[in-house]
Amino acid sequence: MTALLALSNVSKRFRGLIAVDGVSFTVPQGAMFAVIGSNGAGKTTLFNMIAGAMKPDGGAIVFAGQGVHGLTADAVCRRGIARTFQIVRPFPGLSVEDNVIIGALLHRPDVTAARGHAHELLRRLDLFDKRHRIASTLTLPDRKRLEMARALATGPRLLLLDEVMAGLRPTETDRMVAILKALNAEGLTILLIEHVMRAVMALASHVLVLDHGVAIAEGSPEQVARDPAVVQSYLGVETV
Amino acid sequence: MMARLTAGVTRRSAIPLALLLAALLAAPWLVNDYLLTMLIIILYFGYAGQAWNIMMGFAGQLSLGHALYLGLGGYVAATLFTRFGIGPWLGFAVAIPVASAAGAIIGFLAFRFRVAGIYFAILTIAFAEFARIGFDNWDYVHASSGLFVPVKQYAHNNPWLLRGDPTMFYYVILGATVLLFVLCHFLVRSRVGYFWLAIREDETAARAAGIDTFRYKMIAVVVSAAMTSFAGVFYAFFYNNLFPEQVFSIFRSVEIILGPIIGGIGTLFGPILGAFVLKGLAEALSSVMTAFGIDLPGVTQVFYGVCLLIVVVALPDGVWPPLARLLGIGRSKP
Ligand SMILES: Nc1ncnc2c1ncn2[C@@H]1O[C@H](COP(=O)(O)OP(=O)(O)OP(=O)(O)O)[C@@H](O)[C@H]1O
Ligand SMILES: [Mg+2]
Repeated sequence: MTALLALSNVSKRFRGLIAVDGVSFTVPQGAMFAVIGSNGAGKTTLFNMIAGAMKPDGGAIVFAGQGVHGLTADAVCRRGIARTFQIVRPFPGLSVEDNVIIGALLHRPDVTAARGHAHELLRRLDLFDKRHRIASTLTLPDRKRLEMARALATGPRLLLLDEVMAGLRPTETDRMVAILKALNAEGLTILLIEHVMRAVMALASHVLVLDHGVAIAEGSPEQVARDPAVVQSYLGVETV
Repeated sequence: MMARLTAGVTRRSAIPLALLLAALLAAPWLVNDYLLTMLIIILYFGYAGQAWNIMMGFAGQLSLGHALYLGLGGYVAATLFTRFGIGPWLGFAVAIPVASAAGAIIGFLAFRFRVAGIYFAILTIAFAEFARIGFDNWDYVHASSGLFVPVKQYAHNNPWLLRGDPTMFYYVILGATVLLFVLCHFLVRSRVGYFWLAIREDETAARAAGIDTFRYKMIAVVVSAAMTSFAGVFYAFFYNNLFPEQVFSIFRSVEIILGPIIGGIGTLFGPILGAFVLKGLAEALSSVMTAFGIDLPGVTQVFYGVCLLIVVVALPDGVWPPLARLLGIGRSKP
């Protein structure tokens, strides 16, 4: 498998605090790659750097053979990396449909075509019947799926998901797992941050463990779960 | 074209819209000169509010300095007319790039250096103030003694030179208001319009969706400035005089935005409805006061303040959205 995304020695510090400390890893094309770690481990910061929302202090981020570190968030999205936010932010005052149309317009000049594509995605994410609702009136699980639909509408090659399962009930989690599996089976590469270990075990082909900004383990879910350093720093605290 | 024009219009809203347009077209035969002048002023504010709304209502960029584009439009057209005999329509053609350039400079400075929100609004005020002080000291445009468009007696209405009676001015501003309304209708349903709404709703999320927010904010400022400049051209030829103290003043800027705030920011009907409500009620109030022989200076300003207060407290989305729901027209789109 060829690498779609490669980080080498990426770092970010906030004043005294080193949030991400020389992290390197490679996401193969077509992978379902998970990043786990306890609160404050630096997962979201890592995402923000990949997505162009923050500039790394050092290191390189290469996507599809080209360096993307230092690009703005919109430029990164146009290159083919779409993301969701840990604290969801759909366009609150717009309808569900319009939220997704905006994403779809990125590579489609025509609004009618964009609406058609948006409807397809809304059906896939079980939001079609709510397409005329105003986004701010949706429940949290619905807003999470809406954000995913908007991200998918931009036609990404890599999808970054920041804790899309957090706060979902078990049945909703299972539904989300099924959706992600289906997307991945169609060739979409997914990089996800998760706290819900059950979901990670069910989904991920690769797992990277962050601890205080440092990558302490990487491998298949089974390998990582057996890693002594991981058990001590992370899994020991949270129940698997 | 006609099909697209009526695309977003439901049958329920088509009939009131057609009736309204018919009434406005017939108005010069139905009302006296005094009321016609009132209608001209209402439409003028409806037009200017609509132009401002492109920037604030659609793209979410608060300008409190729109008097700048108004003044530039007026001064460009009036100067070309009085100095070179160039008519106001060509003057408008020159005012468009001038106002656009001014908007582009402000936009560039603000959006490049991340001046946003209230600081952006203050920057727009500052530029209008620079213009006011600059024009107040610029002898070529007669500085503070003002620029006058000669009022000759014209035997016929001359729309090409914007010289004529109130009926002519009425149809000119009505035409401009309708055209701008149609333009905004298309803009807000276009790709650009969707991107503006995204920026207005959440700029960070808009960028994450791949939108080059700098570019689309610049487009909003430039289009808004260019459209506003026509209100200035109209002002210059309707009132026949321009004083920097008046046209570039912060009060002008605020006056422009009251209509859309009261009518409903970000809606298509809001700016026009707001102008009707505000100017109509203010005028009714002052006629009542005159009839009773009461003379209180500043009562209009107080009245504006009360209107604003009522809207902010009771109808935070403006008058239009609840009215539209009441009439059963309008959907989630403006
Ligand atoms: N913009 C910022 N300014 C200053 N410090 C920050 C900023 N963003 C994150 N941090 C700090 O960096 C560290 C890593 O934060 P980050 O949000 O990346 O963690 P996380 O792994 O996503 O945690 P969580 O599981 O709680 O979402 C934390 O200590 C956090 O307080
Ligand atoms: Mg996080």
